[in-house]
Amino acid sequence: MVNRATPEPLVEALCDPSSAARANAPQWEALVRHARGSNLLGVLAERFVSGSLLDAVPPAPRAHLVAARVRAHAQAKATMRELRAIAHALGDVEAPVILLKGAAYLCAGLPVARGRVFSDVDILVPKARLAEVEAALMLSGFVTSHPHPYDQRYYREWMHELPPMQHVQRQTVLDVHHALVPETSRPHPDSALLVADATPLPADVSADLAAGQPGVPIRFAVLAPADMAIHCATHLFCDEDFSHATRDLVDFDSLVRHFAVAQPDFWERLLPRARTLQLARPLWYALHWSARVHRTPVPPDILREACRDAPASPLRWLMNGLLGPALRPTRGRASTRWARRALYVRGHWLKMPPHLLAWHLTVKAFRRENVSLPENADGNQA
Amino acid sequence: MIVSELTRTEVGRQLGGHGLKVRMGPIVASIRSPMPVVADGIGFHYAAHETLDADAFADFNVHIEWPSGIRRFVRPTATFRLDETTAFEPLPANQGFPLLEWGMNWCITAYCDQYLILHSAVVERNGCALLLPAPPGSGKSTLCAALVARGWRLLSDELALIDIDRLAVTPIPRPISLKNTAIEVIRAFWPEAAIGTVVRETLKGSVAHVRPPPGSVERQHEIAHVRWIVLPKYGAEAPMTLSAITRGAALMRLVDCAFNYTVHGRRGFETLASLVADATCRDFRYGGDLDAAVKALEGLASAS
Repeated sequence: MVNRATPEPLVEALCDPSSAARANAPQWEALVRHARGSNLLGVLAERFVSGSLLDAVPPAPRAHLVAARVRAHAQAKATMRELRAIAHALGDVEAPVILLKGAAYLCAGLPVARGRVFSDVDILVPKARLAEVEAALMLSGFVTSHPHPYDQRYYREWMHELPPMQHVQRQTVLDVHHALVPETSRPHPDSALLVADATPLPADVSADLAAGQPGVPIRFAVLAPADMAIHCATHLFCDEDFSHATRDLVDFDSLVRHFAVAQPDFWERLLPRARTLQLARPLWYALHWSARVHRTPVPPDILREACRDAPASPLRWLMNGLLGPALRPTRGRASTRWARRALYVRGHWLKMPPHLLAWHLTVKAFRRENVSLPENADGNQA
Repeated sequence: MIVSELTRTEVGRQLGGHGLKVRMGPIVASIRSPMPVVADGIGFHYAAHETLDADAFADFNVHIEWPSGIRRFVRPTATFRLDETTAFEPLPANQGFPLLEWGMNWCITAYCDQYLILHSAVVERNGCALLLPAPPGSGKSTLCAALVARGWRLLSDELALIDIDRLAVTPIPRPISLKNTAIEVIRAFWPEAAIGTVVRETLKGSVAHVRPPPGSVERQHEIAHVRWIVLPKYGAEAPMTLSAITRGAALMRLVDCAFNYTVHGRRGFETLASLVADATCRDFRYGGDLDAAVKALEGLASAS
């Protein structure tokens, strides 16, 4: 039995946009603020559009929804342009390239991509091909954004990705992963399994990416449905940064709702796959909280079975106490702030064994970050 | 009700409480601040602006805050915040009001993508708008203040909000920002101008703001179509020239001055192309003689 958390206006409006129809001005103001704070304004706008309800929204809040749609639409186009450039850069590298998160949702044409904005492109390549991929990207103008030797070591030895790369001209940021979780964390999901099951892009999207650059092969794929949902859950519940938690839970709900209908064997595969990948714990959290907050239609037997991977009682109570406030829309409440801080500490704990974490925190505490930065940064103001 | 109808105490009370809601063209800002410089700045510069009830919809909830704890008493700073987002580094506390102005500019350029937004001053006469798009330091605010002094209606000193569907400028009359020598130039040119406190040693040097005329604020709902596009460039010793430029060159300048051109894609291009097609486009170089510069622009306006 899943008990419902206190309804949040933003969550209610996302689930059922028509529920916002009778909102008064202060309620609309709160809705726009919470959606903007949780980076969900574009998603909210598209939910109104799908329900043919955008025109019924009062003009003042509607302007924000319209603006968010313009931004999200522009970003989708910019992402496709960026992927064309990345395909070109990786043309000679005969490695599979799996798009993750935002870029994947967009290219796979999933409903979750509607109105969703994101900052970087994330890709996953086999670890053995990492050097080759990095070299090809550097030749095309991507440089590391973290030149400090400690950061380089941190990413290359302990993390699941290269230090983020930024294109010198386009300023776009690309994260090149070789695994779903850091090398130093306890679970070790086998990336080869993810690559083996990956789904190629729809033919029209591949054709769109290849347009204008004959001879450039498009080797992009996306994770299989179950893997995509598991990755979303992992990103949400294993990361130390919970500032994007509200949005990630909306993503998970949307992915699961879609796959439950579009993929007949989705539920059957999901839990065994999560166990194979050693990611059953974050999946349990995601299923439990998504059902609780978004009323995601998770079959009761799946929820019961997933519960076998839940933590034991004391930890479970503690986590429930933290996740409730942490998953609520960002709106300046002290409980949300404190819960996210506590989960930040937990995220680090999961990421590294204690001795390494102690070393990492010591280095970070005593390191002098770019001493000249404040003066340079002044010029950017206003 | 307008801001000048509130007492200074009431302005301070609302700023310190649930927020003072001020209409700035199409935008309603709910402003909170415990700082007296902010209350004084708003009371002076936004005197003619409408203030709304606590239960009216606000587009942006912004805060200008003291630092926490004891830092408030040792070289205090002011921080701008939109909901949970702190957009800039804190500035010295005496810059609280300019910080509010820069913060509002940021809110509009970051979130109002329903408009195509140009870095431009806009004034209007007889229903026709004059666009003065330019990068900072070109003297557009000085020209804008001088034209307003001569009776042109202020639509905006900094941000031209282009309504894409109606191909018109949506007014957002806010205080005109003057920098350094421009402050004294305008004082001399327009002795009746309501110029607020000069704030020195900001990132842009000395800054002062001119209160928009009540007439411009009252008519902030009236959109205007662009009739003239003048690209100003100030050079202290340069002879004044007002010369025709091709529509293509004007278009490229508008693209350079747009904050969100790329966000609008093809529609952005089509909008700017329509603007230059319907307007008289001029390059304008002017020097120290502001009176002559204003006469030249008024001449252009009467001739075409």
